[in-house]
Amino acid sequence: MIGILLAQTIAITGGTVYPVAGPPIERATVLIGAGKIVAVGQSVIIPPDAVRIDASGKWVTPGLIDGAGQMGLTEIDAVTETNDGAVKNDSVAAAFNVAEAINPASTLIPITRMQGVTTALATPQSGLILGQAVLIDLDGATLEAMEIKSPAAMVADLTEHSREAGGGSRAGAAERLRHVLDDALEFGRRKVDWTRAQMHALAAPAADLEALQPVLRGEVPLVVVANRRSDIETALRIGVEYHLRVVLAGAAEAWQLAPKLARAKVPVLVEPLENIPSYDALGVRRANAALLAAAGVNVALLEPDTHNARNLRQQAGNAVAFGLAWDQALRAVTLSPAEIFGVADRYGSLAPGKVADVVVWSGDPFEFSTAAEHVFVRGKEVALRSRQTELLERYRSLPPTY
Amino acid sequence: MKGIPFAGLASLWLGLAGGARYPSTYQRHPYPPVLIENATIMTAAGQEIPHAAILFKDGRIVAVGTGLQAPPDAIRVDGTGKFVTPGIIDVHSHLGVMAAPGTEAENDVNEMTSAVTAELWAEHSFWPQDPQIPLAIAGGVTTIQVLPGSGNLIGGRTAVLKLIPARTVQEMKFPDARYGLKMACGENPKRTYGRRNQFPSTRMGNMAGYRTAFVQAQEYRRRWDKWNEDRRGDPPDRNLRLETLAEVLRGEMYVHVHCYRADDMAQMLDLAREFGFTIRAFHHAVEGYKIADLLTQAGTAAVVWADWYGFKEEAMDGIPENAALLQHAGARVTLHSDDPRGIQRLNQEAAKAMYAGDRAGLSVSRDQALRWITANPAWVLGVDSIVGTLEPGKMADVVVWSGDPFSVYSKAMQVYNDGWLVYDRTDRAHEPRSDFELGQEPPPGDDR
Repeated sequence: MIGILLAQTIAITGGTVYPVAGPPIERATVLIGAGKIVAVGQSVIIPPDAVRIDASGKWVTPGLIDGAGQMGLTEIDAVTETNDGAVKNDSVAAAFNVAEAINPASTLIPITRMQGVTTALATPQSGLILGQAVLIDLDGATLEAMEIKSPAAMVADLTEHSREAGGGSRAGAAERLRHVLDDALEFGRRKVDWTRAQMHALAAPAADLEALQPVLRGEVPLVVVANRRSDIETALRIGVEYHLRVVLAGAAEAWQLAPKLARAKVPVLVEPLENIPSYDALGVRRANAALLAAAGVNVALLEPDTHNARNLRQQAGNAVAFGLAWDQALRAVTLSPAEIFGVADRYGSLAPGKVADVVVWSGDPFEFSTAAEHVFVRGKEVALRSRQTELLERYRSLPPTY
Repeated sequence: MKGIPFAGLASLWLGLAGGARYPSTYQRHPYPPVLIENATIMTAAGQEIPHAAILFKDGRIVAVGTGLQAPPDAIRVDGTGKFVTPGIIDVHSHLGVMAAPGTEAENDVNEMTSAVTAELWAEHSFWPQDPQIPLAIAGGVTTIQVLPGSGNLIGGRTAVLKLIPARTVQEMKFPDARYGLKMACGENPKRTYGRRNQFPSTRMGNMAGYRTAFVQAQEYRRRWDKWNEDRRGDPPDRNLRLETLAEVLRGEMYVHVHCYRADDMAQMLDLAREFGFTIRAFHHAVEGYKIADLLTQAGTAAVVWADWYGFKEEAMDGIPENAALLQHAGARVTLHSDDPRGIQRLNQEAAKAMYAGDRAGLSVSRDQALRWITANPAWVLGVDSIVGTLEPGKMADVVVWSGDPFSVYSKAMQVYNDGWLVYDRTDRAHEPRSDFELGQEPPPGDDR
């Protein structure tokens, strides 16, 4: 069995390194020490005590980042007791931060990282304002060991799902969102009045309005789930009105607004394989990511289904098949999501000082024929084993031994 | 029943297997002969031939190989760099019965008002203008089996369809294909009815429900057999529910069972033994690998996903090596989608399952992996003598891929169904659109 290496000095040698922040480097070394990347290049001096991993003929990339899903928040979709991604009966849940519901022992975590996905956004699931998403590394025994940024985003929903929260109309949902943001602004200015009960009735509990302060200050992005072009326009309008850092998610019809989104510097989180038309997304198409990127929009690619998060690379490969340049696709599952969630100084590229989330692939990471051969999370090599590996071993020959 | 001659009624039982009622009006669309040259031909019949050609004419494959001569009226297709495979067959689809745009109005898949609804026919729910149909065609799919949902113990009759643009389901019905019966075990039926405090609410309730239905069907069949034999007195009353189950008992319909857990499948095999029918295929079978030996012995196909797991308790033990393990045990493996997205890339799912096997030391040949989505599903539907491979005499269901169909970057460029060009990625005139998609501004492009 591959030993679980401690955060020691590791030299990945001889591979083609895709730093993402720069051009690929052939026959290069990635030197890892104390959980960070120490050096990347062709002439890296390797300390004698370093553990060497021969990556000749292999591809070396940053760990992939899935900016969606409920990693750690769900074990089995249909088993309610294992789902902690949503607070019910509360369409404004800005104070709801998913962090403490994250289960580091979730069986999905090893299954996912075996396919080179080392970082995921654990997102809240329902409401007009769904709550706060937390960015985690997919290794660690505790929340503290996994957490990268909390909150990494506040999440709102302006799709057809939020009509009810607005009394049955999209316009009602948008108005309600504005009402909450207005009151959050006023609450931020008049906390003393509020403690003296000298304010009008607020649109949401004080805790929610408090949680929105960093969003209103532009410190935390507001991820708005919206698909229909008009809903995307609403999200942009609200972003301008309140000076928010809006990020679009889903965004099925965003391609129709690509130049506008590029000018507004609004990043978009896209699921490349989604192409089933609905009344919320009549214009959905697989070229969405490519058309947005061509217009200059910062695009990140998603696999929103938590159990399928390991297939993020399949999503990326399909984005390439439908027009996204390969380099852009790699960026869209590494550096772009890191930028969008405000952690690009630590994540998403291979450069000295960055957290050592690194994957050694047998070939092109997006191809089915390729395997992730070594996966490092925070400089530690993780065993490429999961509950599914144990099932395979148990039933490889029948009858099994229990 | 008055006015229907007894002889006519009796004929229903004498080998027509339902074919005379609600008949197929399928007709081959005329199209010139086609010669695809200089391509890699993957036959799904044991060969992958580089720099080869395939010729088809009047809906039939004429020849596969090198040095083929094209008739003068043939359309020649340059296959340089391209791969050619049989049309993909998905034996588990809800296209048309759970249609996009996904509204309640178009959701006609699950008649969850009674746990046994063998009298239902999926084709009676089918909407040919489902906008998901052109998407599946563009994924290289040429034949599908549409099933009722899995909310009921016995859901109803399946429909085997040629996946072509059409106005009516009758125009799509695969000529002479047998009907299947959709059954479901495990969580779905017991959840559907248990939540309403109705029967069944447990797995043992599920089993009792199937057995009760088949006991009634045995009695129904006996009464009809007797009447067909002696013609004495009035014929027995017709009962659509039992009529379908009696067809199963007579071996005239295939039985398709939605089943996840190994132990559930073993129970269903016992049920089939009790009533003397065989189960053609277990669909989903995420724990198929745990009883690969039993499935091989029973001759029941395992219809699986490449890697889905975990969305419900009984799907918890799905593993990516399921297909490869089953293959190595000698079981008949088929990949299915059960999903309007997955049906568009069954070639990719086959690739995932094949390479997952390779990595686990369970090597699967490319031909075999291709058979998982072509020849084997053809067998599951009983149409393997007609479709599923590229061999002379077979129906010309042919897909031209931009590259290796097991690469994530490859796309179906051309799809021929019965020799008719139903899809061409480079020609807007051969990119069918459903009625539903008309009138969009801006149009969603030719690459939805």
